[in-house]
Amino acid sequence: MKKRKIRIIIALFLVFTIVSMWLLQRLVVPKYNKGIVEGAFAAEYYEETTDHDVIFIGDCEVYENFSPITLWQEYGITSYIRGGAQQLVWQSYYQLEDTLRYETPEIVVFNVLSLKYNEPQSESYNRMNIDSMRWSSSKYNAIKASMTEDESMIEYMFPLLRYHSRILDLTADDFKYMFSSEKVTHNGYYMRVDVKPEGDFPEPDILADYTFGENAMSYLDKMTELCKENGIELILIKAPIKWPYWYPEWDEQMVEYAEENDLVYINMIELADEIGLDYSTDTYDAGLHLNLSGAEKLSKYFGEYLVENYDLEDHRNDEELCKVYQEKIDFYNDMKEQQYYELETYGKLISFGAEAIED
Amino acid sequence: MEELLEILRDLHPEVDYDTCDTLIDDKILDSFDIVSIISEISEQYDVTIPAEDIIPENFNSAQALYELIERLSDED
Amino acid sequence: MLFTSYSFIAFISLLFLLYYIIPKKGQWPLLLFASYLFYFLCDWRYLIFITVTSVSTYLFGIAIDKVNVRQDEYIKEHKKELSKEDKKIYKAGMKKKRFRLILMCLVLNIGILAVIKYTNFTINNINGIMHAFGSDNTIGFVDIIIPMGISFYTFQSMGYIIDVYRGTYKPERNIFKFALFVSFFPQLVQGPISRFNDLSKTLYAEHKFDIKVFTFGVQRILWGFFKKLVIADRIVVAINILKDNPEQYGGAYVFVLMMFYAFQLYADFTGGIDITIGVAEAMGITVAENFNRPFFSKNIKEYWNRWHITMGTWFTDYIFYPISVCKPMLKLSKASRKHLGEVIGKRVPVYLSAFVVWFTTGLWHGASWNFIVWGLMNFVVIMISQELKPLYVRFHNRFNVDGKRWYDGFQVIRTVLLMSAIRMFDVYRDVPLTFKMVWNMVTDFRISSLWSSTMLNLGLDIADYIILFAGLIILFTVSMLQRRKAVRERLWDKPAVLNCFVTWLLLISIVLFGAYSIGYDSAQFIYNQF
Repeated sequence: MKKRKIRIIIALFLVFTIVSMWLLQRLVVPKYNKGIVEGAFAAEYYEETTDHDVIFIGDCEVYENFSPITLWQEYGITSYIRGGAQQLVWQSYYQLEDTLRYETPEIVVFNVLSLKYNEPQSESYNRMNIDSMRWSSSKYNAIKASMTEDESMIEYMFPLLRYHSRILDLTADDFKYMFSSEKVTHNGYYMRVDVKPEGDFPEPDILADYTFGENAMSYLDKMTELCKENGIELILIKAPIKWPYWYPEWDEQMVEYAEENDLVYINMIELADEIGLDYSTDTYDAGLHLNLSGAEKLSKYFGEYLVENYDLEDHRNDEELCKVYQEKIDFYNDMKEQQYYELETYGKLISFGAEAIED
Repeated sequence: MEELLEILRDLHPEVDYDTCDTLIDDKILDSFDIVSIISEISEQYDVTIPAEDIIPENFNSAQALYELIERLSDED
Repeated sequence: MLFTSYSFIAFISLLFLLYYIIPKKGQWPLLLFASYLFYFLCDWRYLIFITVTSVSTYLFGIAIDKVNVRQDEYIKEHKKELSKEDKKIYKAGMKKKRFRLILMCLVLNIGILAVIKYTNFTINNINGIMHAFGSDNTIGFVDIIIPMGISFYTFQSMGYIIDVYRGTYKPERNIFKFALFVSFFPQLVQGPISRFNDLSKTLYAEHKFDIKVFTFGVQRILWGFFKKLVIADRIVVAINILKDNPEQYGGAYVFVLMMFYAFQLYADFTGGIDITIGVAEAMGITVAENFNRPFFSKNIKEYWNRWHITMGTWFTDYIFYPISVCKPMLKLSKASRKHLGEVIGKRVPVYLSAFVVWFTTGLWHGASWNFIVWGLMNFVVIMISQELKPLYVRFHNRFNVDGKRWYDGFQVIRTVLLMSAIRMFDVYRDVPLTFKMVWNMVTDFRISSLWSSTMLNLGLDIADYIILFAGLIILFTVSMLQRRKAVRERLWDKPAVLNCFVTWLLLISIVLFGAYSIGYDSAQFIYNQF
């Protein structure tokens, strides 16, 4: 009897402890709902109910420059951007691996800028890219490949250990979004309508070695291999953004790589005129990222390229999909409207962007 | 025995050495006292108490200490 | 492997599980394996050093005992033929033999410790002297690894061999058991320095799982983590800023540093010992207590009986007594009585031995003049208070303050301040700077300088101060409660729900308010470099 009682007490204690820890964890993890929203991207993908023809992977040069809604509206292409802030090539690879658990797209588009990073870079970007992924071997491997010196796997498994000190700086949003979140992207696209013309960029540094790192390239190899295995067309792109500087030496390596592996590589910087980009109106941060106008132009151009060169079905007569996408279009338009409204009223965005005021 | 009691009383006049048998356990004697006692004993009795005999059992009471002195002088 | 690392928590969790599911006979061998694994995981080269110490001490212990046994047998056999005089001569001869053996053992092991810890210190001093005499030659420093806890396990082993030599107890015959005594991993990091006859009672015994024992152990571990993570590691940020910028933080800030360091050292060191004792306790093993609420001491001598107890008694038993009662010392005492008078002659053994003890205590703490001066400061203060004792007694009798609560409080605070001030020697970069800063504190103490935002520039914000304050209040309250009965015992007597709740609260506050993970420097235990 006494033994049994002790066992029950211990069991209750453990359950109580685990539940309370879990609740605390939900409370202290960053919600990424306003301001810096990039940390919420990875999770949003799992809300998708339909498959996609095209999957984009890569850093901000994909999620700020391509608009899947435009691709749908103009060409009936379904697409999703699994991008992330400073997404490193191995993180892109594991995002793709993760995606393949749910669907097999026709085309995968990878933006090659991140090849310049051969080693893990920053803890906060790692967190934003990986934390909200669902647990799988892909997530585990992504963590292992990304960890900087001070990080530990256990803190990824139990984010409470990493974020516990946030208990002292909780905001109302932390309670509001404890168990749920609101959408912040449009199929992975991060919308900005404000305008800040391209400024002057500094002279690019002269590098000691222009060869992409072995580690980075090995993940590109894996990516190529994975796409081949699954019958996916892999398209390598360099978005039409001039800074961070894309060295000609890097470009050459990509051209060579594409040739060797029978892939398409498109350097869109050279195509800016053809796309119709006007860097004085089409960027919101002096040329580092496109704004909505720029993204829509680029998406139209790229959509046409896809339709011309690949055998993609126009899904616009698929009633089911239309219904799903109508909702997305509404959300897209609502956000657009709100951003224009804020821009007109306050002269700047106040609930979007890194400086947005949190509740 | 009387000389020994004198040595002890000199250090801590307030203690009743006839009855007290917790000189060490109650921390009445500290290490400095013990060294002083040993040094005095070596003066008075010409007996050297070696370090290995500095254990609570030998120093807890005047009686025990006296017995230790007797034993050591016997061995000599 | 730090106590406050995830790997350590994983390590002990796994060990606890294994310890209670394997056959009871395998428990102590498992501990030996775990201890060597622990050391191996820190740095495999450490194993060489600890093995040398274990094996040599083991063998010398047996050898010394053999001499003893032979002596007893010989005397028994030849009882009738031997005259008292013969016996004495024979005994003296055997004693010499034993002495030679123990000397070899001590020289070997203390030698290893000395070479490892003090080579660079010696080189540095030689360079300084040569420099003072105008030489431009400098000797380069040597790159030596310092095995974790070498000071602790060497002292523990030397205590053992001395006890065997004195015949306090018989040596351990099983080399593996002995190796466990030397390497028992919870003690490796920062002590305590156990005695063989004490630790061996529970170390090798078979332990059945007992919920009370296990709970107590875990609670003690949590308490250690609380002290270390919530208090010590939080405050250490400010300490580093204060001590590294002495030009900027003088006056009252020296006092702030002094108090911060006192709290930090206390929380860190006693917290670490709590973890050590808790880990052992969870497995039914009793490790000697190393602290007895030291900040409640009324004088410095009492303080040293309550702070780092196992080290204090080690120095008393194995250095202070042997030196002060050895024959040359007694002769010296006699001579000084004759030539310098009773008063001084009586004091010679105590003063000389205490000086040696405090010098070595300082040196043991660290190879630097800071620690040596720190040790000698303790010596000076203890001796002064010893000499002033009659004065105190007169004062107490005259004003009838002894035993009054406010006077007790005054004595306690005085002792804490005094000890904290002396401890400044292991805070600042070097000895002259310490004197300068303490002097600055006394002469330029402007309390108003604290009421500026500077207090918030020390790497701590308001929330940190609140947590620290709350943590210290809890620490103090627990200390007060302990006076009557152990807090865990009291909790155990209460309904289980309450006990669980308190444990849960402790756990949650460590997880939430602990200064760990990225953004916090995982400060190493201050004591494990010794």
